[in-house]
Amino acid sequence: MVTLTRPSIDQVWQWLDTIPDPEIPVITLVDLGIIRDVEWQDQVLVITVTPTYSGCPATSIINLDIETTLREKGVENLRLERRLSPAWTTDWLSDKGRAALEKYGIAPPEPAGGPRRCPHCGGDNLEKTSQFGSTPCKALWRCKDCLEPFDYFKCI
Amino acid sequence: MNRDQALFEFLLRMGDSTLILSHRISEWCGHAPVIEEDIALANTALDLIGQTQFWLELAGEVEGKGRTADNLAHLRDAWDFRNLLLVERPNGDFGKTLMRQFLFDVWQSLMLAKLKGSSDQRIADIAEKASKEVAYHVERSANTVISLGDGTEESHQRMQDALEDLYPYVGEMFIGDKVDEVLVKAGIAPDPASLRAEYDRIVGDVMYKATLQLPEDDFAHQGGKTGRHTEHLGYILADMQFLQRAYPGAEW
Ligand SMILES: [Zn+2]
Repeated sequence: MVTLTRPSIDQVWQWLDTIPDPEIPVITLVDLGIIRDVEWQDQVLVITVTPTYSGCPATSIINLDIETTLREKGVENLRLERRLSPAWTTDWLSDKGRAALEKYGIAPPEPAGGPRRCPHCGGDNLEKTSQFGSTPCKALWRCKDCLEPFDYFKCI
Repeated sequence: MNRDQALFEFLLRMGDSTLILSHRISEWCGHAPVIEEDIALANTALDLIGQTQFWLELAGEVEGKGRTADNLAHLRDAWDFRNLLLVERPNGDFGKTLMRQFLFDVWQSLMLAKLKGSSDQRIADIAEKASKEVAYHVERSANTVISLGDGTEESHQRMQDALEDLYPYVGEMFIGDKVDEVLVKAGIAPDPASLRAEYDRIVGDVMYKATLQLPEDDFAHQGGKTGRHTEHLGYILADMQFLQRAYPGAEW
């Protein structure tokens, strides 16, 4: 019989912080703020996840990725739980995640409801093209300084 | 009617309305007038299908017969659906689709705001999640109704026609019955009629900005919430349920 030492909660968070978001792979699931809780319940590792948007098609991929990653690390008994409340908010994006988004060309969410600056040239002469974008979490904007379109990570 | 029976009916009313509307607007995918609108409609459909998943999953749980959200969506026939008649109305042109969306979004946002305070925590949680998404939907549909209503002569006329065609389906949202009585008493859901005044205020304000005339006649078609549907629902189900009917249990 193999006796595995139970990985610490910190260790599990570190592993989770290596899993890329399937749609925006420059940020991790931890950056996105959707991992709400990690705990051992007896011998079972319970990961609590909240969806970004109700119908986000990435949700099932995310669950699969969490499971695959942790199994690869030797976690045998794990359970994923969904938590709807409190509802996910972009306030939970990490600072590391916000910086990575901007570097990737996606303006991070702002409480004012629109991007602060163009992720390409830094200009602030911006206009909204559409409230919806290529994924549920993004809106389409355009920079009138460099004339480039860009995604804005909606603030919800 | 006991509490769980009423709750099951209510959850079907919520979940079937979002399901059928989601299906309706997904019919636009690849056909909208401009790509931004195409994406917006597809995203709205996606939010609605996600909300459907929550409502119908809970309905199955409350019913206690082991039915999943997928079972409920794909294996019931028209008379078991409880959606509002409004959402099964054909899309018509783009303007009419957005008019229907607006009339629904306003109601849904008011309903969810009340449900956030539901005595049933599971319902309050879904409402909290969904209301964030619906805030976006209503902002967009209101803006589009205003732009098209107060647009060209032709867009104005089309929006006025859409409003007149759809308005008789609005009243059904506010008509309560035994199901509502039971849930109001249990503090689970609001009396539908209690949402009307705020609804009229918001819709009136948007129609004024859109230079559109609300019909005077407040005749209301009803039946959707009790399973008496128009012929349109059958066609939607034929399309939506085909795969599960032809290949039961198929997964991918
Ligand atoms: Zn720029």
